[in-house]
Amino acid sequence: MEMTFSVKNLQAYFDKNYVLKNINLEIPRRAVTAIIGPSGCGKSTLLRCLNRMNDLSADFKMDGQVLLDGGDIYRTKTNVTDLRRRVGMVFQKPNPFPKSIYDNVAYGLKIQGERNIRKLKEAVRQSLQGAALWDEVKDALHRSALQLSGGQQQRLCIARTMAVEPEVVLFDEPCSALDPIATRKIEDLIVSLKGKYTIVVVTHNMQQARRIADYVAFLHWGELIEFGESRQVFENSREQMTRDYINGTFG
Amino acid sequence: MLARQAEYWIEAGLFLAALVSVLVTVGIVGVLMVETWQFFAEVSVVEFVTGTRWTPLFVNKHFGALPLFAGTFLTSAIAMGVAVPMGLLSAMYISEYLSEGWRAWVKPGLEILAAVPTVVYGYFALLIVTPFLQRIVPGLSGFNALSPGLVMGIMIMPIVSSLSEDALHAVPTSLREGAYALGATRWQVVTSVLVPAALSGIVSSFLLGAARAIGETMIVAIAAGMQPVLTLDPLGPIQTVTAYIVQVSLGDTPVGTIEYKTIFAVGMSLFLVTFLLNIVGYFMRNKFREIYD
Amino acid sequence: MTRRVMDKVGPALGLLAVVGGLVVLLVLIGRAVIDSWGVVDWQFLTSFPSRNAEKAGILSAWVGSGWVLAVTGMLAVPLGIATGIYLEEYARDNWLTKFLEINIANLAGVPSVVYGILGLGLFVRALAMGRSVLAGGATLALLVLPMVILAARESLRAVPASVREASYALGATRWQTTWNQVLPAAGPGILTGVILAMSRAVGETAPLVMIGALTYVAFLPTNPLDSFTVLPIQIFNWVSRPQKAFLANAAGGVVVLLGLTLLMNSVAIVLRQRFHKHLRW
Repeated sequence: MEMTFSVKNLQAYFDKNYVLKNINLEIPRRAVTAIIGPSGCGKSTLLRCLNRMNDLSADFKMDGQVLLDGGDIYRTKTNVTDLRRRVGMVFQKPNPFPKSIYDNVAYGLKIQGERNIRKLKEAVRQSLQGAALWDEVKDALHRSALQLSGGQQQRLCIARTMAVEPEVVLFDEPCSALDPIATRKIEDLIVSLKGKYTIVVVTHNMQQARRIADYVAFLHWGELIEFGESRQVFENSREQMTRDYINGTFG
Repeated sequence: MLARQAEYWIEAGLFLAALVSVLVTVGIVGVLMVETWQFFAEVSVVEFVTGTRWTPLFVNKHFGALPLFAGTFLTSAIAMGVAVPMGLLSAMYISEYLSEGWRAWVKPGLEILAAVPTVVYGYFALLIVTPFLQRIVPGLSGFNALSPGLVMGIMIMPIVSSLSEDALHAVPTSLREGAYALGATRWQVVTSVLVPAALSGIVSSFLLGAARAIGETMIVAIAAGMQPVLTLDPLGPIQTVTAYIVQVSLGDTPVGTIEYKTIFAVGMSLFLVTFLLNIVGYFMRNKFREIYD
Repeated sequence: MTRRVMDKVGPALGLLAVVGGLVVLLVLIGRAVIDSWGVVDWQFLTSFPSRNAEKAGILSAWVGSGWVLAVTGMLAVPLGIATGIYLEEYARDNWLTKFLEINIANLAGVPSVVYGILGLGLFVRALAMGRSVLAGGATLALLVLPMVILAARESLRAVPASVREASYALGATRWQTTWNQVLPAAGPGILTGVILAMSRAVGETAPLVMIGALTYVAFLPTNPLDSFTVLPIQIFNWVSRPQKAFLANAAGGVVVLLGLTLLMNSVAIVLRQRFHKHLRW
């Protein structure tokens, strides 16, 4: 199995608090990897290390390496904005821009300098189709994105991310703010995307991880306890702690 | 109970104090209206609003206020031409590029510009800025609209900057993160997401700044001249509405004459324009707060 | 390509904007100080204005300013604080309150000449105060009233609800709570706002010109109904003269006025910083 990300000896801390301790992890290409674990154990921080979103926090520091296709993304020479185009992110609470649906999806391309209207329109259409939202909004592209329902907004954010043609898409608890029906749609969408993208999903919902993930990483208190194929981790975990977590002994 | 009675009277007293603010507005409108009404009994509104000669203090009286309006417009436009870009750019910088520690000092620091007495700015404009500009701008006369306009711009810049910065800072972090995650550079996040999202707050800062420029008196009274001329040429002397009001007050105009009443007529137009700008600016700022609070 | 350039140019322009205004101000102040060199001395501070520029001084001006400021303070401070207390502690959330707030916001933006017109029509003429210190002080009091109200409201709002709740829980009335707990806690913040408002008042020229403050005063006021002049008007008067010597006097007046304004603002800012430090809710 080819690996997209190779995380080596990653330590992360905010001010003096260690949030991630010595993480060694490989993310397989074009598969869905779920990161699970109890609240506050560092899942989101780990995810945000993969596209350097943690850089936005003033007191964030890290040691170790995060290799994307062999290159360390924390090297000083790295072009961070380019990295974030290659590694997209969908957030917990949908955060569409207060602009039209069209402008939201086109945004990523426009900021890279794309001016050709035809190309933009085509990209918007393809992305909205890929996010299973096109049929619902194709006649209302110039309406404000804020008028969509929560589930639709989240699919819009996914479309927006896909428009810049990333290699990896990171999902940070993408369904926790959505109702069950919307959740189901997003989950189906994520599974359908893995043919094109490498996907990493942070979730605190184990059933969700079971439903959509090919691989599972279990994080506890900033340490990687176990990583493996989804079936193996859920039915036959190597570590006792994993078993305890899955059985709901703690959570 | 005595305490309960006392509480009632205290609240009534405080309410009356608050009512004074209403009385002030009533007073302003009342004083202006009475004399303005009498003024327009003698002078036609049409002449006032469209006439191009303003000579109420001469023997041959004309009451066309357009030159005064033009003078106010010219100096205010120059001022806004300075204050808007400087204010907005500084707001963008302060809200996105300064840490909380720096921001806490820089924001009040800019307020110094607004704290300088306007007569001092007038002195600066007439005796320092004008001579300086005369060396680089050919044809600039001793009294002109350019110099006080530029100085006013610097004085007003903190208004635009502070209110715009409040608006930018209030845009939720989730929008910033969404933009960064798509690979936007920091400046792109500011210009393409934050400024549009904060637009009503930013525009309200422009309106309030404009109202301030229009109502400014001493800087123009000292440095712009006292010649009501209908022109858009910033290099020569003009007279603003506010400078005219001061000019008449300095003289010995007897109460009740038509010259005396001109103060109130132009004062009324000044009040109406700034009132409009202030009210629209106030509601735009509140509408912005509703969206993001 | 251009977005990488803009990512550097944009914030550079922003920094320039932040710093530019302040730098220009410093240059202007520097020039004024140079222009005033040798003018500001004891004689300048203790002489009346005169037709002889060398002998002229700002005595009547700064004494007049002091008188006017005293009247302004005595009127604006209690009125402003009372209004602030009413709006923050007593007013219900209805249209009347909203109306009061909108009105005050509007008053804050009314040009100072218009306050001068009000002062002329109301204080000088209708209430027959004449061109006196009283009329001038009252006019300026109305002008700075919105500032004092705003400062009072912000300071009162900063006092946490827990302080009030604790007082009510012990059976205190609203006024007792306000007077004994909330107001003292808000005190330093209110004081800061008042100093800033007074600093604004001391620099005002146009409203006082309108109510008839004289431009050539060779005496000191002895009671509130006397006529007067103030420092900004004295500066304005000298700036309007063509003779170089008077212009130098104007520079001297500018330096004194700036010094005064700067002093008051600094005191206010220092007070505000210490207020924030001591407040550890």
